Amino acid sequence: MPNLKPEDLEKISERMKGIVDLRKGEFSAKVTVHMGTCGIAAGARKVMSSLISIVEEKGVKDVVITTSGCAGLCSREPMATVELKGETPVKYVDLNGEKIKRIFIEHVIGKKIVAAHALAMGSERVS
Amino acid sequence: MVMEKQYRTHIMLCAGTGCVSAGSSEIKEVLGKELLKHNLQDEIQIVHTGCMGLCARRPIMVVQPDDIYYQMVTEKDMPYLVEEHLLKGRPVKRLMFTPPKEKEPVPKMRDIGFFSKQTLLILRNRGLIDPEKIDEYIARNGYKAVAKVLTSMAPGEVIEEVKKSGLRGRGGAGFLTGKKWEHCRHAEDEPRYVICNADEGDPGCFQDRSILEGDPHSVIEGMLIGAYAVGSNQGYIYVRNEYPLAIKRFSIALHQAREYGLLGDNILGTNFRFDINIIRGGGAFVCGESSALMASIEGRLGEPRYKHIHATEKGLWNKPTVLNNVKTWASVPPVIRHGAEWFSKIGTETSKGTMVFSLVGKIKNTGLIEVPMGITLREIIYDIGGGIIGDKRFKAIQTGGPSGGCLPESLLDLPVDYESLIEAGSIMGSGGMIVMDENTCMVDVARYFLDFLKSESCGKCTPCREGINEMYNIVEDMSQGKGRESDIEILEELSYAIKEGSLCGLGKSAPNPVLSTIRYFRNEYEIHIKDKRCPAGVCKALIRYYIDEARCKGCTLCAKNCPVGAITGEAKKLHGINLDTCVKCGVCLETCKFNAVVVE
Repeated sequence: MPNLKPEDLEKISERMKGIVDLRKGEFSAKVTVHMGTCGIAAGARKVMSSLISIVEEKGVKDVVITTSGCAGLCSREPMATVELKGETPVKYVDLNGEKIKRIFIEHVIGKKIVAAHALAMGSERVS
Repeated sequence: MVMEKQYRTHIMLCAGTGCVSAGSSEIKEVLGKELLKHNLQDEIQIVHTGCMGLCARRPIMVVQPDDIYYQMVTEKDMPYLVEEHLLKGRPVKRLMFTPPKEKEPVPKMRDIGFFSKQTLLILRNRGLIDPEKIDEYIARNGYKAVAKVLTSMAPGEVIEEVKKSGLRGRGGAGFLTGKKWEHCRHAEDEPRYVICNADEGDPGCFQDRSILEGDPHSVIEGMLIGAYAVGSNQGYIYVRNEYPLAIKRFSIALHQAREYGLLGDNILGTNFRFDINIIRGGGAFVCGESSALMASIEGRLGEPRYKHIHATEKGLWNKPTVLNNVKTWASVPPVIRHGAEWFSKIGTETSKGTMVFSLVGKIKNTGLIEVPMGITLREIIYDIGGGIIGDKRFKAIQTGGPSGGCLPESLLDLPVDYESLIEAGSIMGSGGMIVMDENTCMVDVARYFLDFLKSESCGKCTPCREGINEMYNIVEDMSQGKGRESDIEILEELSYAIKEGSLCGLGKSAPNPVLSTIRYFRNEYEIHIKDKRCPAGVCKALIRYYIDEARCKGCTLCAKNCPVGAITGEAKKLHGINLDTCVKCGVCLETCKFNAVVVE
């Protein structure tokens, strides 16, 4: 991109925004895929890669995708927790690649809980 | 629009010189392989960043967006870290930071006192960008200040804004930056030049190097704004040849800026043209002095000249020149972007903004810090620095590099700004801070700095060339037990003569370490002279080691470790040191587990 114009700086910022915001820990939603041994065995890796591809496809920039250990309900794995900023986290169970995409579109982008796959609201307290 | 590839996790791996020397390049390689092994390479990105600041715990790694801080990581830790944290989401506790005297680690970087108590303005991109990628700098609002200046401000307005902000030179002298620019702009002659002084020669200082390594574009952008303001088309950066990584990263940054048309002709589509050349200095301390630096760029001997005419009128090649320090240039873009008023709210009445310090010596959290002007020395040493190593007693802090002064415990609540430091007998300098504990001998400290300065004096002025040498001889004699009654008075007299009679800042400030140690630790000098003793147990000629009968258990450890075989004694019986053979290396003192070795 030779010889930038002032407005090109904005374009570059826009393109890179998600990356630097993420490093600063600024986000509007957080999706945690539970990746204990049980989760991985049940297909959590696939859930994770579908999730990443839908984030890229939709061009959403301020969503954090992260992992955590076993959520304690191994029979319902793969599991994921969706947390919109300032709202109660929602746990989803028995996931696969398709379900997580739907959850992402409807809950993260559309702000509407996908009741069909949700297990419960809230998170365990961490002492 | 093409989107930049998104990663769910960014591993920010420090690649400042300190961390590279502790193996961060090798760690990156192993980490990359481990990510591949778990097929995580498309989800997780490794970013080599500039210096993160907590150099004592190098190499440092921060996992974002979790904000999990890891320290002293090794190649061996990587397989476990990747599987546990990056794959399964379980952060690894044993690699985290645990505050002294506490058991539980602090996982998040923003909760660690060392980081949370700092104000990042010059180091605004610390740990957030890869310094070799211009797009990441732009994403953090980079080059937007220069765009604002070129499209909406007249040069005079830029100067007015910088003047109003109260920004002062961060290289040491503290001259008002905007005023300097104004002088240069109004000089009659052409062409005009701007120079970045990166000839950082103070022992223990690495602020300027870290900025060039970690955020080179911030310096380029500052220089662009300065050049536009004074009407210059050519800039230089004078940087030590001993800073290969800084030179490499700055060269990459220059190349990228030229490719984007941010340097060269028609910058950002305007008529403004500017470019920067790198000049590598040979490492002479005096070349950090403005007129010596310019002489060196011209290819002449690096010697200062009398400044009856300012460089802003006749500087480089006798043309109007603005020379500012790395930190000053890096401060300019935020001043322009947020405005003078915002900037002038940070700091004290006379010293605005923030300052970057290298915090070194007997301090727990050795590293690079940025704090608002006006912060107290106590906050720097205890809240950010974590206190003295081994919880020993604080004795003095030396600010301003080799020509600064040593400040004692009674001044710990001194607010750090240009004026208060000068009043206390020290200087802001370029931002060096060396912390000393109770085991430091102040006469030895003075001797060390005089030794440095006498070798670095360029020799042009007699008072500096001969005077510092003479002062060194006197202090050296003192540490050998050959001190004379009148020594302190002679040292003081010489100091004033050197300050008065030297041309440049080197000579004018060279006596500071001696004057300030006499002012605050006179007693220590007197003990060296009259009692021929070194109370801190440092000056070798004045101390002897012996073994305390009551404490020695006869474990033989000291005898085994003594390099000259000066310690005799049988197992389980009292040991003794033969003072004729003892070389006073102190190994016995360090090895004894029963505190039976005593220095006198």
